[in-house]
Amino acid sequence: MRRSDAFLLVLGLLALLLELAWVDAAERRAGPEGAAVRAAKLAMVRRLGLTDLCLFTEARYTRHPSQADRFAPFQDHPQALEHFPSGSLMAPPPLPELPADPAPSAP
Amino acid sequence: MSYIQLTDVRRVFHQGRPDELTAVDGVSLAIERGAITVLRGPSGSGKTSLLALIGGMARPTSGRIHLDGRELTSLPERFLTEVRRRTFGFVFQQFNLVRGLSALENVMLPAYPLGGSRAALVKHATALLESLGLGHRVRARADWLSGGEAQRVAIARALVNRPAVVIADEPTANLDSKLSQEFMRIAADLKSGGTTLVIASHDPLVHDAPVVDRTVAMRDGRLDGEGAARSRGSAA
Amino acid sequence: MSQDLAPRPVSSWLERQRSLLDFTLASLSRRTGKNLSLLAVYALVVFALASVLLLTESLRAEARAVLAGAPDVVVQRLSAGRHDLTPADRVEPLAAIRGVRGAVGRRWGYYFGRGSQANFTVMVPERFWGAEGEVVVGEGVARVRAAAPGAEFPLRGADGHYLHLTVREVIPATTASVTSDLVLLSDAAFGRLFGQPADRFTDVALTVPNAKEVATVAEKVTRLFPDARPITRQELTRTYEAVFDWRSGLTVVILSAAVLAFALVAWDKAAGLSAEERREIGILKAIGWETSDVLTVKLWEGAVVSLTAFGLGWLAAYGHLFLGGAPLFEPVLRGWSTLSPARRLVPAAGGLEVLTLFILTVVPYTVATVVPAWRAATTDPDAVMRS
Repeated sequence: MRRSDAFLLVLGLLALLLELAWVDAAERRAGPEGAAVRAAKLAMVRRLGLTDLCLFTEARYTRHPSQADRFAPFQDHPQALEHFPSGSLMAPPPLPELPADPAPSAP
Repeated sequence: MSYIQLTDVRRVFHQGRPDELTAVDGVSLAIERGAITVLRGPSGSGKTSLLALIGGMARPTSGRIHLDGRELTSLPERFLTEVRRRTFGFVFQQFNLVRGLSALENVMLPAYPLGGSRAALVKHATALLESLGLGHRVRARADWLSGGEAQRVAIARALVNRPAVVIADEPTANLDSKLSQEFMRIAADLKSGGTTLVIASHDPLVHDAPVVDRTVAMRDGRLDGEGAARSRGSAA
Repeated sequence: MSQDLAPRPVSSWLERQRSLLDFTLASLSRRTGKNLSLLAVYALVVFALASVLLLTESLRAEARAVLAGAPDVVVQRLSAGRHDLTPADRVEPLAAIRGVRGAVGRRWGYYFGRGSQANFTVMVPERFWGAEGEVVVGEGVARVRAAAPGAEFPLRGADGHYLHLTVREVIPATTASVTSDLVLLSDAAFGRLFGQPADRFTDVALTVPNAKEVATVAEKVTRLFPDARPITRQELTRTYEAVFDWRSGLTVVILSAAVLAFALVAWDKAAGLSAEERREIGILKAIGWETSDVLTVKLWEGAVVSLTAFGLGWLAAYGHLFLGGAPLFEPVLRGWSTLSPARRLVPAAGGLEVLTLFILTVVPYTVATVVPAWRAATTDPDAVMRS
């Protein structure tokens, strides 16, 4: 077999597998099983009033990042370095839009 | 006008620099169609540079070159390459085969960019190798070939695009007498098929061979008056 | 002679490409070992980058889909910059705010089991369906404590005494990504466990039916209770959009390592051609190849390695994450915790990541392969004759 034919065959195979992965992804995401699982999770979140995904269970502020205050990661010491691995994976939550301080009233 | 006409051709390397070298110094030469022309001369006489100019591999610093009435020197690069590709076949002194490729692939190499039918190319290249007695070594890797085999593969490669002119630079330099004579036999075959040959060689086996139509002596980049027009045979 | 210069039809263009590709592959296989290891490194880089991209997108999509059911506003109370309990008498005033349909006090906290060394999230759901002495646990908890329905589930209370609870049911693993570490129990059990006063909640969840009013409601909450901290659902989702942000620690490390590895690979190419390669190009020019032919071969050389590495790397990343359960990332994702949720990741939509990664890897590598050859490719062919 010509070298170029062999290579094009390999490439074609890779392309086919990537296509299959694409289809598989769509199936998992939007297929009946995927949709059912997502619906079950949504229902559970509503039922229990949950606010966070259970990604990391090692620290409070990585278990419930949306509820964490800015103090929590630095509770040991103001300059303490991050000691939980998951802390370096999660970026701190963005600061909420706080209302502006009122202008100082005239004396 | 002759088939290939060189008019007052000069080739200067590193012009204007301290290491300026004039390889070809005002050469005017006419190559007849269907003839075997041999350039004689010691090494450094400019034979190789002249061959490169004849075969369109380089442009002269000054002077003109005509091929079959058409002027080559003023052609743009792409057209020159195209003409060279289809008209000339080169056999190099070092053979210059590509290592790692088989003999057959080496022969087919000049035709790769032309995009012709692969099957036809394989057939033609195989036939060429067979006509040179290498039918059994078609698949052998170029690095494993003997000197004589490599030379014949180099010749086959030069012939794959059915060139009108074959140019050979010291083809027998690395061969024994038997293989040298074999080379001249192949040259005679090509000549009888209508191919024009231009050979540079200081080997007497080559330039004294009866099949040679004309020898041209070169020295220091110029044609040597002595023996310049020792023509023979029926070349016009 | 004019037929020499006739234009070439499409079929011959194809044939030309195939022939040049033949030559490229033969050229590459001359140094099989080196080129295979190059391919391996390249594929590994793609694997790492693709994995990060796929993982982060998957988690973000999950958060978007699932947390749509989270409370509209959660009102915390801050004291001295830290989270503090909310008095129960705040619930009514909060419910009375215009735009708020209902307010419910929530009770939840963390429990660290010294025996299992695992962190649980202990929670009282709005309507607990078990008896006072029962718990409903997530699948991760059940695994760590080897608990099954009917099993004993002791918890050490704040006063040092143990609460003896029984497992009523285990939440199925389908919802593991949100429930894996939960321990649900009754209000009374929560009070006995943590010793917190009955008139204190952890925070208050508000229901705001009109999404456009949420911001106003949040503002009103802070005006009503200056020490309150309202967290809207929009902020919730923004938190998860920032998950694995490329600026976060570990991701930067992975990305930097990948970029460096890639630069090394490209550097090897960009450093220039070896003498052998230059000789070969010279021969090609001498036997009649044009500059464009030589550059096409170089282009194919870059493309062959790039496309193969890209395909392999991407497939490996996908398979590893979504079909194989991401075993290589498990130690990183688990960290120091002993409880790791059962992960069944779902791929997110988006060919954009594939395209981005493709452009960021294939293009530079191909350029790094072609450009250094430019000089050699444009050299006069007679240089070979003179050598």
